[in-house]
Amino acid sequence: MPQVKVIVTLKPSLLDAQGRVVKDALNNMGYTDVQQVRIGKYMEVEVSGESGDLHAEIKAMCEKLLSNPVIEDYRYEVIA
Amino acid sequence: MSTAPTAERPAEKSGKRPRFAVVRFPGSNCDQDAYFAIKNVLNCPVDYVWHQDKSLRGFDVVVLPGGFSYGDYLRCGAVARFSNIMDAVIAHAERGGYVFGTCNGFQVLCEAHLLPGALVRNSGCQFRCQHVHLKVENTDTPFTNAYKVDQTIKIPIAHGEGCYIADDATLQELESASRVLFRYSNEKGRVTPESNPNGSLNNIAGIANAKFNVVGMMPHPERACEKILGSSDGLGLFTSLVKAFALR
Repeated sequence: MPQVKVIVTLKPSLLDAQGRVVKDALNNMGYTDVQQVRIGKYMEVEVSGESGDLHAEIKAMCEKLLSNPVIEDYRYEVIA
Repeated sequence: MSTAPTAERPAEKSGKRPRFAVVRFPGSNCDQDAYFAIKNVLNCPVDYVWHQDKSLRGFDVVVLPGGFSYGDYLRCGAVARFSNIMDAVIAHAERGGYVFGTCNGFQVLCEAHLLPGALVRNSGCQFRCQHVHLKVENTDTPFTNAYKVDQTIKIPIAHGEGCYIADDATLQELESASRVLFRYSNEKGRVTPESNPNGSLNNIAGIANAKFNVVGMMPHPERACEKILGSSDGLGLFTSLVKAFALR
């Protein structure tokens, strides 16, 4: 059964407020070389693979629900 | 005998009152505030509508309340947007019916593309729960006609993801068409960076769609409809809708 790994990230042009807080925390811990942290989402989606065009289906899912194209980018990988 | 219309009577006095629907998603928690304000303060008919329902037949104004629909899972409003009832909400909006979303309701309207842009985490990463001042920027709409031009109103906010974001073209379109209805301001109505509680672009607190029948805002006017709650400035939004409906 194919498994799809989906990663959703905030568009680079947007300030990642959460990432900034985590970066500051890492700096405070002594990891002073940390320049930037960006936080995203990771999803594992299992599909039966019976629907035909798997890539078209995943793209539609990503664009409709899993990411918001206004603020986020997505990428995915199909693990056979 | 002909039935030529007689002298026109002010429509407000005709008694034509809009019927409100308050949509309930799992996790909505301002639904009762909206229901109470509409029923007991505004004196208009109102019913709850469950998210699994498919029809809004008979309703004139649809309210998407605040809260944490579906636990804010994935993104605020993202899952609610695909509820059964949302097809009816979109159809209602397309017919020209009034749709109002506050807080989580605003997030749902953006996810549903009934309003442009998106709401992301507050720039300071804090959940902000406080009264804010808003400058009313456009009073020539069904949602704001009871306010005076440049009036400053006091309304509470309570959100962690209320930072309004849109691309430059969208922002320009919103500004040039006067679709920004409310902006975070100080007490005197001055729009300053200090009065912006969440980092929203251009201090935007509330916007309308191109036809001005769909409005979303992060602040909670339904929680500011009676003096005993600290402000009754929010009632104007609802009386505006009553007036606009009667004049239709």
